[in-house]
Amino acid sequence: MASLQSDFLGIKSPNPFWLASAPPTDKEYNVRRAFEAGWGGVVWKTLGEAGPPVVNVNGPRYGAIYGADRRLLGLNNIELITDRPLEVNLQEIKAVKRDYPDRAMIVSLMVPCEEDPWARILPLVEETGADGVELNFGCPHGMSERGMGSAVGQVPEYIEMVTRWVKKHTRMPVIVKLTPNITDVRKPAAAAHAGGADAVSLINTINSITSVDLDLFSPEPTIDGKGAHGGYCGPAVKPIALNMVAEIARDPELRGMPISGIGGVTTWKDAAEFLALGAGNVQVCTAAMTYGFKIVQEMISGLSEYLDEKQIGLDDLVGRAVPNVTDWNQLNLNYVTKARIDQDLCISCGRCYAACEDTSHQAISMSEDRRFEVIDAECVACNLCVNVCPVEQCITMEELPLGVTDERTGKPVEEYANWTTHPNNPSATAAE
Amino acid sequence: MTHSPFTPGVAAARLEPEAYAENFTDLHPALDDHEALVAADRCYFCHDAPCITACPTDIDIPLFIRQIATGTPDAAAKTILTQNIMGGMCARVCPTETLCEEACVRELAEGKPVLIGQLQRYATDHLQEQGVHPFTRAAVTGKSVAVVGAGPAGLSCAHRLAMLGHEVTVFDARPKPGGLNEYGIAAYKTPDGFAQAEVDWLLQIGGITMQHETALGADLSLHQLKADYDAVFLGMGLGGVNALAVDGGDKAGVLDAVEFIADLRQASDVASLPVGRDVVVIGGGMTAVDAAVQAKLLGALNVTLAYRRGRDRMNASRFEQDLAASKGVRIMTHVVPKAVHGNGSVREIEFEYVNADMTGTGETVRLPADQVLRAIGQTLEGDGMPTLERGKIAVTGAGRTSVDGGWAGGDCAMGGDDLTVTAVAEGRDAAMDMHDVLMG
Repeated sequence: MASLQSDFLGIKSPNPFWLASAPPTDKEYNVRRAFEAGWGGVVWKTLGEAGPPVVNVNGPRYGAIYGADRRLLGLNNIELITDRPLEVNLQEIKAVKRDYPDRAMIVSLMVPCEEDPWARILPLVEETGADGVELNFGCPHGMSERGMGSAVGQVPEYIEMVTRWVKKHTRMPVIVKLTPNITDVRKPAAAAHAGGADAVSLINTINSITSVDLDLFSPEPTIDGKGAHGGYCGPAVKPIALNMVAEIARDPELRGMPISGIGGVTTWKDAAEFLALGAGNVQVCTAAMTYGFKIVQEMISGLSEYLDEKQIGLDDLVGRAVPNVTDWNQLNLNYVTKARIDQDLCISCGRCYAACEDTSHQAISMSEDRRFEVIDAECVACNLCVNVCPVEQCITMEELPLGVTDERTGKPVEEYANWTTHPNNPSATAAE
Repeated sequence: MTHSPFTPGVAAARLEPEAYAENFTDLHPALDDHEALVAADRCYFCHDAPCITACPTDIDIPLFIRQIATGTPDAAAKTILTQNIMGGMCARVCPTETLCEEACVRELAEGKPVLIGQLQRYATDHLQEQGVHPFTRAAVTGKSVAVVGAGPAGLSCAHRLAMLGHEVTVFDARPKPGGLNEYGIAAYKTPDGFAQAEVDWLLQIGGITMQHETALGADLSLHQLKADYDAVFLGMGLGGVNALAVDGGDKAGVLDAVEFIADLRQASDVASLPVGRDVVVIGGGMTAVDAAVQAKLLGALNVTLAYRRGRDRMNASRFEQDLAASKGVRIMTHVVPKAVHGNGSVREIEFEYVNADMTGTGETVRLPADQVLRAIGQTLEGDGMPTLERGKIAVTGAGRTSVDGGWAGGDCAMGGDDLTVTAVAEGRDAAMDMHDVLMG
């Protein structure tokens, strides 16, 4: 079994699976159970200033979208930061860290955008023995209306300013948590970097309305007939998160800045993908909220087995896919594949046919006895048939070797060439 | 309980009263909302779905399942009933394992098809339990049609004709409508008076007059019907039952399985029905299985289903065979009856083992039998029929008979399997054809 021992900013944990700042990490009882279940670390649910705690709504806080069999694909929430007193949280953090010295204990913070509140709260956190802090610049609902959370995260200058204050007032490593509710995630990441952040974590939740109650005509979750946008997370946001992580990881200015990957991590495979795109570790919330803390055991066994199979260590995996993330104009336009249907695996549902015939390139034929075959002369290799097929590996894409004629174009497969040199590109640079 | 399964001879009340209620309850309990959603989620919404092709009534199965999955079961019911007005009964009695569910791609993929039959029942029950009839009649055409037989074929034909604006009179020999739905199907497949409830619901379309205890031959002639109506549909099924042509085949205790089932279906208290300690059912079709299983459920100690060929040749589906076996019915194959023994009443039945080519082996076996139930095929009864073909009314196209203005469908007509769903399809298609002819 490959070791999953993780070192993120010098913070050691037995594995790279941390629980994100969220309801699962709101109190001692939960966090102790999480550690017993095997989680490598937690980011304690966001603490605010001393004084009267925030209040939450007393109706539904979550909305969801589902896949088949009511499998939860996306979750949205309108919960705020911790609504328990600061002192209680600090005492509990201290107690848990004392009992689990080998686990990572990060404390998420969100106080008003002035230096004093930050200067006041940081020593209190430091006193608990916590390993680091995460600055919540991401929460898109409620707190942002009060000038905190994503209201800060959407303004790079504020990010830099606050990060600088925090670095000034603590010796703990500082992780800046980024909101995806922006146009270019590299800007806030660069601001965090400029402010001295040790790492960024992303993504926080996405502005969302999950559904509309068609009797009340109100967004869900509905509070007394009204709804406000919430923060979206869960498996459905993973593709957005992966892209944002990759954008930071491959940016020349930001390359090498540690990233804690967040967004829809549900299985070991999801985690491995974040790591391959440059995340040093991952944070999980929705999967735990859906299935309980036990899922970490599958993540541990799965990732460990994968590393064994690849004969690489955890550090070797981090960033391994980053060099292969490129721009569209660098893609090989002479790379030709054709869909291949494995007739032994085919169950004759015809979804590939319907998808191709109705919405794509009419490149699949259907016989009287429901045999489905690819017409190479029409197939542009769009992959839609692969995507709609209910049987894994039944339809695959086969690469045409160099020199073989593509029946669709009638031309042989040639050497690598991309858009930048393509004759149809008005701004093409001459190849020679 | 005055008797037990061990009581010799033929006796009623062999079981505790509660046992009867349990034995004759729904074979497949209705899906609840959660179960229906889980089952519906498994449908892949196939292109040109094989399940539709396999359905004799061509119900758009992927569409109705998607309508269930999206929370509109009444729309699903309408999708079903548009093609098959007895979709509720078919959901209960169709051998789905050899029709839609056999064709389901998930049967191929995982050996577990989508529960199409049970989902169909979920949708049709949802609509029918509200008493909603989703169809309305077209403007009255002034044409009148006689339908003979109030079974699945006749009622399906009548409903479609009425919907198209024709005036329909349905004649049936029995006191209640429904045909085999009411008299000929195992009680556990359609409990709680569903057959009658479905007919009542179907008749809400209007324009249909029912005339019971009026049989073709005794009370009606095709000639007279043709004179009185613009068109005639014959859907009276097969009234006769093949005799057991062996020595002693007429002894007391040798019964017609169809009547055995009919008596059971009409009994107000099944505990009052006498059943033998040892029962032998001869045949290999659905009727044979329905009779054998119900004999067992009535408290018979030993029930044997004796069939002349192998299990693979039985008309009863594998599911039905397994059901019988699970209820304790012994299935005996490759045997033909040779003689019925007994002094007045049957005491034993003697079979000869036969080879696959039906030649005798000379080896015989005797089984104790207090009752012998014949389920060896039914025959068409009546005189003055259109031209017959192999004992059934010959038809071309959508049920056209040799008689001008006369159509036929269901078990009495050639073509298709003798299934409720096939009868419904034939009645519907004949109605559409009659409409075209009548409206010129």
